[in-house]
Amino acid sequence: MNTLMTVEIPHILTITTFLPMVGALAIILIKTLVRADDSDLIYGNIRWIALWTSLATLALSIIMLMGFDPKDPGFQMVENYKWFGPLSYKMGVDGISILFVVLTTFLMPICILASWESIKTRIAEYMVAFLILETLVIGVFTALDLFLFYIFFEGGLVPMFLIIGIWGGKDRVYAAYKFFLYTLLGSVLMLAAMLYMVNVTGTADIEALMKHEFAISVQPLLWLAFFASFAVKMPMWPVHTWLPDAHVQAPTAGSVMLAGILLKLGGYGFLRFNLPMFPHASEMFAPLVMILSVIAIVHASLVAYRQTDIKKLIAYSSVAHMGFVTMGIFAGNEAGVQGAVFQMISHGIISGALFLCVGVVYDRWHTREISFYGGLTKPMPHFAFVFLLFTMANVGLPGTSGFIGEITTLLGAYEWNTWIALFAATGVILSAMYALNLYRNVMFGEVSNKALFYHNDLSWREKIIFTPLVIGTILLGVYPNFVFYFTTISVSPLVETYRNLIGG
Amino acid sequence: MNDLYLGLTLAAPELILAIGIMFVLIFGAVRGDEGAGAVSLLCGALLMAAAAVAAFGPDGEAFSGSFTVDTMARFAKTVMALAGLVVIILAQGHFDRMKSMRFEFPILVLLAILGMYMMVSAGDLIALYIGLELQSLSLYVLASIARNDEKSSEAGLKYFVLGALSSGLLLYGISLIYGFTGAMNFEAIRASIDVSSHNIGLTFGLVFLISGLAFKVSAAPFHMWTPDVYEGAPTPVVAFFAGAPKMAAMILLVRVLETAFGGITQQWQQVLLALAVLSFIVGGLGGLKQTNIKRLLAYSSIINMGYVLLALAVSSALGVSAILVFFLIYVVDTLGLFAAQLALQKDQKSIENISDVSGLAKSDMPMAIVITVLVLSMLGMPPMGGFWGKFMVFGAALSGSAWLWPYAAAGLVASVVAGFYYLRILKLIWFDAPQVQFDSSPSEARLVAIILAIIAFPVMMVALSLIYPVAERAGALFGNAL
Repeated sequence: MNTLMTVEIPHILTITTFLPMVGALAIILIKTLVRADDSDLIYGNIRWIALWTSLATLALSIIMLMGFDPKDPGFQMVENYKWFGPLSYKMGVDGISILFVVLTTFLMPICILASWESIKTRIAEYMVAFLILETLVIGVFTALDLFLFYIFFEGGLVPMFLIIGIWGGKDRVYAAYKFFLYTLLGSVLMLAAMLYMVNVTGTADIEALMKHEFAISVQPLLWLAFFASFAVKMPMWPVHTWLPDAHVQAPTAGSVMLAGILLKLGGYGFLRFNLPMFPHASEMFAPLVMILSVIAIVHASLVAYRQTDIKKLIAYSSVAHMGFVTMGIFAGNEAGVQGAVFQMISHGIISGALFLCVGVVYDRWHTREISFYGGLTKPMPHFAFVFLLFTMANVGLPGTSGFIGEITTLLGAYEWNTWIALFAATGVILSAMYALNLYRNVMFGEVSNKALFYHNDLSWREKIIFTPLVIGTILLGVYPNFVFYFTTISVSPLVETYRNLIGG
Repeated sequence: MNDLYLGLTLAAPELILAIGIMFVLIFGAVRGDEGAGAVSLLCGALLMAAAAVAAFGPDGEAFSGSFTVDTMARFAKTVMALAGLVVIILAQGHFDRMKSMRFEFPILVLLAILGMYMMVSAGDLIALYIGLELQSLSLYVLASIARNDEKSSEAGLKYFVLGALSSGLLLYGISLIYGFTGAMNFEAIRASIDVSSHNIGLTFGLVFLISGLAFKVSAAPFHMWTPDVYEGAPTPVVAFFAGAPKMAAMILLVRVLETAFGGITQQWQQVLLALAVLSFIVGGLGGLKQTNIKRLLAYSSIINMGYVLLALAVSSALGVSAILVFFLIYVVDTLGLFAAQLALQKDQKSIENISDVSGLAKSDMPMAIVITVLVLSMLGMPPMGGFWGKFMVFGAALSGSAWLWPYAAAGLVASVVAGFYYLRILKLIWFDAPQVQFDSSPSEARLVAIILAIIAFPVMMVALSLIYPVAERAGALFGNAL
């Protein structure tokens, strides 16, 4: 027994996945059963139900993490039932997916707390949308059947569409459409590829498909179909344009969800499908991905530097950081893939925290224009500390998780090609440029605007939100083995088979 | 004697309907329109009986091969009868409110369904035509049943004139086929076709036959009547139009193409693919600018028929079972959406404009959820029922030869374009402020919409594990298996 704990809950994956859905149903029930004039009763309870549901899910996912055996390279806690045709209801986690499950359940209570006061209209619908989204995202990471994966992957579009469109900013409708149609177009191609794969192999079991060797002639097409979907989700340059719009218009918690978790679906997809199932195509297209990644890193960083909207700036910095992830994955070596997984987890925490920081000032002054702010360190010293920490983490300061992610992916890229690593490394400098510039403009200098004195420093609720994120960022930065402890066992065989298959 | 007995057993659902209709007609004629409620009730009972007998009845061939019963036919008959039942429930409520209920309505629905039963069981060209005409004539009358309404009369007339034209094309095609093969029976036609040589007359007949049927399923470029008739005809009638008759015509197409012309697939595959691609384009682009709910659904039906034609063009067992599953879910979705439309009333009328649903999430949450589920199902968003229909259709298309893949890709792209206009409905419901004060919604339409939405999701996800094997069995008799 190599697990940290020996408690075993049967069907823990199903329970964890669908628990948020149960919470959502409870909220719907309350909403429909209680009379409309009892609105105080409804709204008071709904927030608490949502929070407790997400906390219970977090607890379950931690039990899952404790029960995970880091010496077992296969899928664990597998549940498998026949559904119809070639499909089955199969779930399981390995060292890569389990961390994403925990990241999701970790960010969700934070999202709900972040919306505690800022969301004033249609709270019940809001919480339901978030809880359903949580179920769908956890499902993506635990599904081991091609179409079960697709259901969860695609289903997440609808709640996110509603979150952006209902509670978003001024151009919310345009952003919601753009988000939906971009991702839909990407994923129908993936659906076509999936259908083809099932026809050829007669199984939709991801585990079996990872072992199946697809004909070299069809691999490029299949690879491209999956790539189309994941690249949009990721998002990679040049299909990233939906992201800044969606981010700017989404409510704070929506941005946290988007940046923290939904962007990881793309990277996870690359690791689960493109790399192991189509190794030859992956090798063939690796140069393309590398070049796109470097363009993303440099281009998005430069664009970020010129932004006047704080949220848009952070959105572009997400695009740049995701460039490191794709670069690491398609370097196809241990350092690269490990770094990519680490970078995704780390970025989930850091970018989530940065969007929450924007939320803090937006809730107070209702603007995200950088020029509006200045000298915020004086009225808000606590906030200044938190914001500085995450800015530095975003830059990749040693001691924060951002550093580990960037350095390991760069290491992987260096092994693959020196020039790529060189160009990508400029991204580290560029990120310092835009992030520090942002921090200087917003926080330092004289207080430029009297309105900045009207509001208080961080409230207790906000401090509670930031505490776990601060701890997470520093902990992973100082002791990255928290992540590598789980990932090594799954990443090593993945990389090894990949290298064997492509004969390198 | 034994043959006759066998034939009567096989045709039991048709006999129940036919004999039942005569009795109900006499009853209705005696009681007049006051007896309409009782007539509806009786017709509903007849449909349930027919559905049960069809679902669990035997398979076989009768009347010297002109009447075939197999799993596909029984599957379709069950779905159609249940669709008819829902339509009668909706119509009874709707016309009662309009104070224009006629006892003929449920009887005409039954006659149309009898025609459809004949169509899906047709084993020769004569049976095909008789079934088709019985169905079509009943539908022409149904379209114009609101006699005092200009639009309804216009819809009926348009449908009739264009329908008569298509029947003419169909008959001409039949005569050509008969002339060049000397046979009426599907099996006999198949036997008399010389696969090695190319028979231009037969190809002409085949194209005319397909054109006539394409009109009935409203595939582009034979779709012109669809938006106008949808818009003009009373909503319960449109709810009926949109599902069951198209299913019947499509199943008929499956049978005639796969059985009679199964040896020369390459001659009709191209025609079907052309129709499918045109339907993708017309249905996808045409729907973008619509403001009327029924017209929008008309274009949505065109694009959906494109998917079905794609599955049929594959000409495989998988394609046929995909068509059955697709139609089952499609019928549920369309009936549900029309029921939802009937359930939303303003000024004593059901809403007509798409913009009327704006802000529904604030004014009527349950209906907002119902419409959202049904629209997402239409869009093919997993895990709603509609996704599984698309899943099977495109699965079938991609299991075919590689030259079919671009067509499948075209269909998938079209589904994204269509996604845009479905999203518009969701946007209005969830993002916008309410503009319309709704009357209290009629309970029967509301209930039907809610039940159908629950069937679309989540019931369908579970039910598919039962339905899929049946569809697979039905499909196994066709395509390459022959």
